[in-house]
Amino acid sequence: MTTLNQADPSATNDVAPHEHGDHRMFGVATFLVADAMTFAGFFAAYLTFHAVNPLQPDAVYELELPLPILNTVLLLVSSATFHKAGQKLRLADNRACRQWLMVTAVLGLAFLVSQMVEYFTLPFGLTDNLYASTFYALTGFHGLHVTLGALMILIVWWQCRTPSGRVTAHNQFPLEAVELYWHFVDGIWVVLFLILYLL
Amino acid sequence: MTVSLPPQSEQHTPSLQPTGWLRYFSFSVDHKVIGLQYLVCGFLFYLIGGALAGAIRTELASPMSDFMPRDVYNQVLTLHGTVMIFLWIVPVVNGAFGNYLIPFYVGARDMAYPRLNAVAFWLIPPAGLLLISSYFITGAAQSGWTAYPPLSITTPASGQMIWILSVLLLGGSSIFGGINFIATVLKLRRPGLKLMQLPMYCWAMLGTSILVVLSTPVLAGTLILLSFDIVAHTGFFNPGLGGNVVVYQHLFWFYSHPAVYIMVLPAFGLVSEILPVHCRKPLFGYATMVYSIMAIVVLGLVVWAHHMFTSGTPPWMRLFFTIATAFIAVPTGIKFFNWLATLWGGRISLNSAVLFSCGFIVNFVLGGITGVALAQVPFDVHVHDTYFVVAHFHYIVYGGTVFVIFASIYHWYPKVTGRMLNEPIGRLHFLLTFIGFNLCFAPQHWLGLNGMPRRVAEYDPQFAFINQISSVGALLMAISTLPFLWNVVASAFNGEIAGDNPWKALTPEWLTSSPPPVENWVGEAPLVEEPYGYGVPIDQIDLKATSGRDLWSSGK
Amino acid sequence: MILVLGGLWIGQNINLLPVDASANAPVYDELFRVLFSIGTILFVGIVGLVVFSLVRFRRKPDQLGDGLAIEGNLPLEVFWTAVPAIVVLFVGLYSYDIYDRMGGMTPLNHGMDHGGMQHSAADHKAMEGMDESDAMAGRVWGGIGNGSAISTSAENAVAAVPIEVTAMQFAFLFRYPQGDFISGELHVPAGQPVSLRMEAKDVIHAFWVPEFRLKQDVIPGQPTVLNFTPTRPGTYPIVCAELCGPYHGGMRSSVVVEEPETYQAWFNANNKLNVADA
Ligand code: HEA
Ligand code: HEA
Ligand code: CUA
Ligand SMILES: [Cu+2]
Repeated sequence: MTTLNQADPSATNDVAPHEHGDHRMFGVATFLVADAMTFAGFFAAYLTFHAVNPLQPDAVYELELPLPILNTVLLLVSSATFHKAGQKLRLADNRACRQWLMVTAVLGLAFLVSQMVEYFTLPFGLTDNLYASTFYALTGFHGLHVTLGALMILIVWWQCRTPSGRVTAHNQFPLEAVELYWHFVDGIWVVLFLILYLL
Repeated sequence: MTVSLPPQSEQHTPSLQPTGWLRYFSFSVDHKVIGLQYLVCGFLFYLIGGALAGAIRTELASPMSDFMPRDVYNQVLTLHGTVMIFLWIVPVVNGAFGNYLIPFYVGARDMAYPRLNAVAFWLIPPAGLLLISSYFITGAAQSGWTAYPPLSITTPASGQMIWILSVLLLGGSSIFGGINFIATVLKLRRPGLKLMQLPMYCWAMLGTSILVVLSTPVLAGTLILLSFDIVAHTGFFNPGLGGNVVVYQHLFWFYSHPAVYIMVLPAFGLVSEILPVHCRKPLFGYATMVYSIMAIVVLGLVVWAHHMFTSGTPPWMRLFFTIATAFIAVPTGIKFFNWLATLWGGRISLNSAVLFSCGFIVNFVLGGITGVALAQVPFDVHVHDTYFVVAHFHYIVYGGTVFVIFASIYHWYPKVTGRMLNEPIGRLHFLLTFIGFNLCFAPQHWLGLNGMPRRVAEYDPQFAFINQISSVGALLMAISTLPFLWNVVASAFNGEIAGDNPWKALTPEWLTSSPPPVENWVGEAPLVEEPYGYGVPIDQIDLKATSGRDLWSSGK
Repeated sequence: MILVLGGLWIGQNINLLPVDASANAPVYDELFRVLFSIGTILFVGIVGLVVFSLVRFRRKPDQLGDGLAIEGNLPLEVFWTAVPAIVVLFVGLYSYDIYDRMGGMTPLNHGMDHGGMQHSAADHKAMEGMDESDAMAGRVWGGIGNGSAISTSAENAVAAVPIEVTAMQFAFLFRYPQGDFISGELHVPAGQPVSLRMEAKDVIHAFWVPEFRLKQDVIPGQPTVLNFTPTRPGTYPIVCAELCGPYHGGMRSSVVVEEPETYQAWFNANNKLNVADA
């Protein structure tokens, strides 16, 4: 049977702007799925290399663990502080929110610095061997994500400097999006740490 | 009531009259404008890709490499493959029709992220021009659209790098589009509209977009690694430096096999829209169609190694990928039999849209059957990388998807312009295309079986005659484009006025004026619970009453 | 019924393939005939249905209303899910069997650990030759053709002829380790198993002899073995089937399958080791 109903007038606000916020987070999440697949590709490549192209014994180098463990801690803590910032924003406490954001950004930058230190102290360079290349590709790509994330945190930090700014308790989207992204980047790091350093 | 979308960058009168033509060249956020931008842009690239195909067929008309130098031949065939896939099929079946139709189908006034949508489109022209211009600046990439290392590492770097860059841009465009489609279908549905009431094309686009989001990033990552190998001299895929070339193939096909369903699932969806309207019957087996789309999505992600049967993959892997690949025939078969059942007992108008759709069924079944044959390892070992494969995929991408694009243009042209296309010319177009196509590609099966490899500029003279037949077929296809172009252009100005709903269709895009107003419906969006509710005896419902305007103005 | 019989007839009687010249080619052709028959039946059946529907159910000028409002039919759906499923299952198992008979299912990297595996004499011989010459490369990847059908057949008694194939832009080189000489053309004795050990110097190539129905990529950094038994004397083309650069199309050679005596004569004429001995 053909039924072509008109909607009842009560349901007219179907495309109201306030709903848009939800959709934007949905989009961010979908994008992160795509991003995760990029990493998945890298991981798959790394694991395959690992399995199929074992290195000559003399080229094997045990990675030092202290720095990466420090890095892991830095990132995990930064996830928590970001979460705090979000909570504060929800309470419309912009000042506290900004403080927590700044802590997060600093932690992120500290991560980058310590990553740099590791790069410079490693005995192998980008093109030394397959393993070295993959190591740098994976950590480098992740580092790029952290860099972008830190930048975005600073932008959000800037944007919520006044209670009437762009990021407020009423418009949390930028903060939430960056937060989700930041947790995602942390999650990737944990996987990366497990695979790259511990495996 | 007025519309409550966020303010849009333009305020045109709700019609597509010539006053607004400039917006087709601007950063418009209207999904219909973007859809047409995709379509026209894609078609221009199709002409370029077709001209490249013409160059290929001219070269192959004689067994010697006489028409162009050998390295130019490789550039031409790389460009042909890349342009056709990334700049024609993918943007058109996804971007063009997806953007135009999906918001209508879900009862929305635009896509979920209009701005992202415009960004996604505007990545394409620069990427395409970059790709084409590489030919003139430095010489294009020469390693085929698959860009297998180590060849892609050793051929001139500049062309290959431009190729990578432009494919990355196109991949990005595709991912943005995919995110948009998923959000639009899942989130922007009009209240009251259930998922299982959506027109089939929505499902097809949902499945396609899932594939896009899951697989395209892997290609991007792979190409980034490849570009490191080229510019930074790392050794991921360089055996000289300890790398592994087969890993590239795995990663590449992890994207590029799903890519073939990215090219064909939307086409399946479009056919599912076109056939019921012109057969005046409900789409047969709606639910099984939905399940088979999802089955194809899942299976499509786990069959990639069937492109690598001769690459020294372990036997268990070959066995697994043979079985998985062959099983895709089952859900695909369900769809085909459902279409046959839709035709059965209908009142079929034999117009150009239906002819092209049925041409699609015929061609695709042949291409699918050769596909299932190719999935059998022992068979593939003989014909891999030969013209048999070339024939297989042209039967699918051209005989399948391109035929559907033409069918869709015939079907939706009245919607977009408000005018009908000329029927007799349309049929002539179909006839020429169908004959030319089969003449061009059917003989290539034989060529492949008998020893002609693909991607060669010179070949054993014993194959000359068959190749000439094929080239004649290509010429016929080129000629067949002319009546089509003439038809499309001329009808835009003096085609017969179509009225709002010339096909008396029930899907939502027809329940508004043709061409539609800027925000799709002047009033409330109609709730279409049975998009395929045809087949009502003539005395029970007056079909004329369902032509859009009456419906949305009268409130029924 | 007519359709099925017709399809079978076409599949069995129309030959689109070149002559078969190796032990696995007839096996392959068997598979091809089955696939061709099934394909023809399906294709002709479906095209028939389409054309029939278009003719029978086309809208005649005086007809107005709609077609029948049939929306689905569960038994039908089950039927046409089951039929392709059974067909592909059959085809899959059958081609698996064929593949096994052609010798594709033997584990690949037995160059690594041949201790625990069963090898035919022929296989073993080839393997040892390799292990000596290439202890460093370690892993050897196998192509098709080193499996049951060929190695357990009658020819088995004869040791496989080991040949080292080097592919490079844009030529194949064939080295006969038993005679320590290099040839630009592949000569093999009919009826005797041959074991090619293939390696590429620069980019990927592929070794293809259409008359043998055999193809194997030759991948740099990944030595590969390809075993086969030529049967029909004659000269057949060797084609490079993987894009390898501008002259990819010109990268052709030929394989000469000779009666064992002729082959032996050719071999002796080229043999460097013998010359040195004498
Ligand atoms: C839109 C694009 C598209 C689509 C949809 C397909 C669909 C399929 N393809 Fe194809 N394919 C390509 C595009 C496509 N392909 C391209 C571009 C290449 C070459 C890439 C390159 O190397 O450059 C390729 C190469 C390719 C290969 C590798 C060949 C080689 O290089 O050696 C294989 C092997 O398995 C294959 C198999 C299949 C199969 C099994 C399907 C199946 O999905 C088909 C399923 C459909 C049917 C079977 C028909 C309908 C079903 C019925 C009527 C039911 C009854 C049928 C049976 C029981 C059999 N394809
Ligand atoms: C995806 C879609 C697609 C489409 C639609 C086509 C369409 C065509 N293809 Fe293509 N083809 C591929 C995808 C596609 N191809 C891919 C992926 C490859 C593999 C590349 C690789 O190996 O890397 C390939 C490879 C390929 C080969 C093998 C080359 C080789 O291996 O050496 C051949 C040879 O015949 C060929 C021919 C054709 C022909 C004759 C058409 C025809 O259908 C084209 C018809 C259209 C026209 C003829 C256009 C008409 C318009 C004009 C002529 C106007 C003139 C133009 C201007 C004024 C600007 N194609
Ligand atoms: Cu060597 Cu192609
Ligand atoms: Cu595939």
